[in-house]
Amino acid sequence: MTDPVFGPAPEQTPEPELVQLLTPEGERVHHPGFDVDFTADELRGFYRDMTLVRRLDVEATALQRHGELGLWAQLLGQEAAQIGAGRALAPQDFVFPTYREHGVAWCRGVDPVRLLALFRGVDQGDWDPDEHNFGLYTIVIGAQTLHATGYAMGIQRDGLVGTGDPERDTAVVAHFGDGASSQGDVNEAFVFAASFNAPVVFFCQNNQWAISEPFERQSRIPLYRRSQGFGFPGIRVDGNDVLATYAVTKAALQRARDGQGPILIEAYTYRMGAHTTTDDPTRYRLSDDVEHWKLKDPIARLEVYLRRNGLADDAFLAEVAAEADALGERMRRECHALPDPSTHDLWDVVHAEKTAELAAQQAEYDAHAATFEEARR
Amino acid sequence: MTTMTLAKALNAGLRQAMEDDPKVVVMGEDVGALGGVFRITDGLQKDFGDARVIDTPLAESGIVGTAVGLAMRGYRPVVEIQFDGFVYPAYDQIVCQVAKIHFRSRGKVRVPMVIRIPFGGGIGAVEHHSESPEAQFVHTPGLKVVACSNPADAYAMIQQAVHSDDPVVFLEPKRLYHSTKAEVDESAPPAPLWQSRVVRPGADATLVAYGPTVSTCLDAATVAAEEGRSLEVIDLRTLSPLDLVPVVESVRRTGRLVVVHEAHVTLGVGAEIAARVTEECFHSLEAPVLRVGGFDTPYPPARIEEDFLPDLDRILDAVDRTFGF
Ligand SMILES: Cc1ncc(C[n+]2csc(CCOP(=O)(O)OP(=O)(O)O)c2C)c(N)n1
Repeated sequence: MTDPVFGPAPEQTPEPELVQLLTPEGERVHHPGFDVDFTADELRGFYRDMTLVRRLDVEATALQRHGELGLWAQLLGQEAAQIGAGRALAPQDFVFPTYREHGVAWCRGVDPVRLLALFRGVDQGDWDPDEHNFGLYTIVIGAQTLHATGYAMGIQRDGLVGTGDPERDTAVVAHFGDGASSQGDVNEAFVFAASFNAPVVFFCQNNQWAISEPFERQSRIPLYRRSQGFGFPGIRVDGNDVLATYAVTKAALQRARDGQGPILIEAYTYRMGAHTTTDDPTRYRLSDDVEHWKLKDPIARLEVYLRRNGLADDAFLAEVAAEADALGERMRRECHALPDPSTHDLWDVVHAEKTAELAAQQAEYDAHAATFEEARR
Repeated sequence: MTTMTLAKALNAGLRQAMEDDPKVVVMGEDVGALGGVFRITDGLQKDFGDARVIDTPLAESGIVGTAVGLAMRGYRPVVEIQFDGFVYPAYDQIVCQVAKIHFRSRGKVRVPMVIRIPFGGGIGAVEHHSESPEAQFVHTPGLKVVACSNPADAYAMIQQAVHSDDPVVFLEPKRLYHSTKAEVDESAPPAPLWQSRVVRPGADATLVAYGPTVSTCLDAATVAAEEGRSLEVIDLRTLSPLDLVPVVESVRRTGRLVVVHEAHVTLGVGAEIAARVTEECFHSLEAPVLRVGGFDTPYPPARIEEDFLPDLDRILDAVDRTFGF
């Protein structure tokens, strides 16, 4: 529709062009912009990561059902988006996740049990970001996109962009969801990143739902086009295709490291599970859609491709399955064994320098707790 | 008379308010088909349509800011903030716009709107889902702040808040949503909105609470009674304006006051009550006003939240201390 004075409205194509390298049927296709060859080991690695991360997710969901976790944010269906993005990182790159980036955490070497601890209510997700170059999970929607941008500005100031040294040049990834794209913080992050040409890759997993709200409630145009209005490029990739998410993210990261500024990647995917374990999606979505998306399963399509091309045999698949079983078993065991935190310690971590008031409150609490200890004896 | 949970009472109250006034619109994240994550708006979109029950984009500043515009245009928005910890992206709109437009316009512009916030802890949630941000709003002139503690009040108070020509921050004790049930007389005349109420008479000491801690205080009073101590429990109901008339009257009789809330103690609502009651009742007080509240730490991980939340022991401990002076 073109208005005679104001010109055309943005296009409303329902399924706009998206980068794909592996079809849902497991056919390898080629894309002129992302002409990437994968070694057999890389492909098997993707399969292994996705399978283990799916197991991690299934296991955590089961642990929640058994009352071991207060909550779990499932990633079912989003394995390719996360493993593709996670494996594309260079060691020095830095990630700012939301609360659902279990696959990226996996790629960065965060022990899955650390994720369980957060959802069990034992801690608030206090892994050391610098140990894994993986920030803390962020529950307030969108907040981390600004942190990522600022961090990227820091990297820029530290002279770690555009030096041409692949060991030095660094990029930052900000993860967020389609719902998050509505938040002021995310839009402000776009403004800052564009304005300062910050080396940040905005990686949006458009799983098409923000709890009960469909994507159409957040945007009238495909998300990847938002960046245009802010002055940097955007691209849509098949988020259920691990090869494509890997290739696109890798190229975007390199572009950022080279000093060419921010980019928005929209990984078009689908949330197969509920929003979290407390959500009931039957209240708002059609089971038809879920069935439709099952046909696009990220793991199944890679398995077909591997088998058909003789890149994986039964022995390999059995080995990965056994590894998944072992992971599940370890998660169950170590989840039970996670120690409760100490209330006494709370006052120690409010500030870097503890105040006298907090010390007094801590002492008061300790005295109160001691009366119970005595009563118990 | 119908027996209802607190959640159901709020739902029924909202429904009644929407039937009474076609200008009432409900808006927020997931309030439509899902009925809100706590189901407070359950079924409203089905019955009133999506022009009156609006699933908004995921943006709290946007939700409250557009509600301001709707209110200026004669609507009465009732916005839902999904959890206490997510009100902060809207904080600027609430504090700088909602609270000030009437004053700024010298009364020419009204923004009658209700900002519903499920608040408080005790549900085993992750970070930002268990907070008590009331003091931040009570400290803001131009806002009215109320908290319900039981189904009957919830049913009436939500309607009164919607009818109010002032913006109201409406705090709902989320831990009680589905756990408390009580009879609600839909035809009974409601208690005035801006008034506190004695919910259990007593003679020896006074407990003041609001929202989730009212039921804890009632339990504490029951236990104390078994030990021969008669505690009066006052449900504050309104935090701004703060109605201390029944409190002052009570303290003049009992001589002892303990204020209980989940929010951090420092500069919390209890601090204000302690100051004012000391001023008004100095000669009747047998002991300093004591406060029992959340520690001055961020809300802790769920496994130890019971230590953070005021419980029977800490309340009764404080009562004992007032008798020790
Ligand atoms: C500021 C804020 N508002 C509301 C919430 C509650 N909430 C948690 S997740 C969510 C939906 C997020 O959707 P999206 O950004 O698409 O990410 P997804 O969970 O689908 O991956 C909402 C509304 C929140 N965490 N933070």
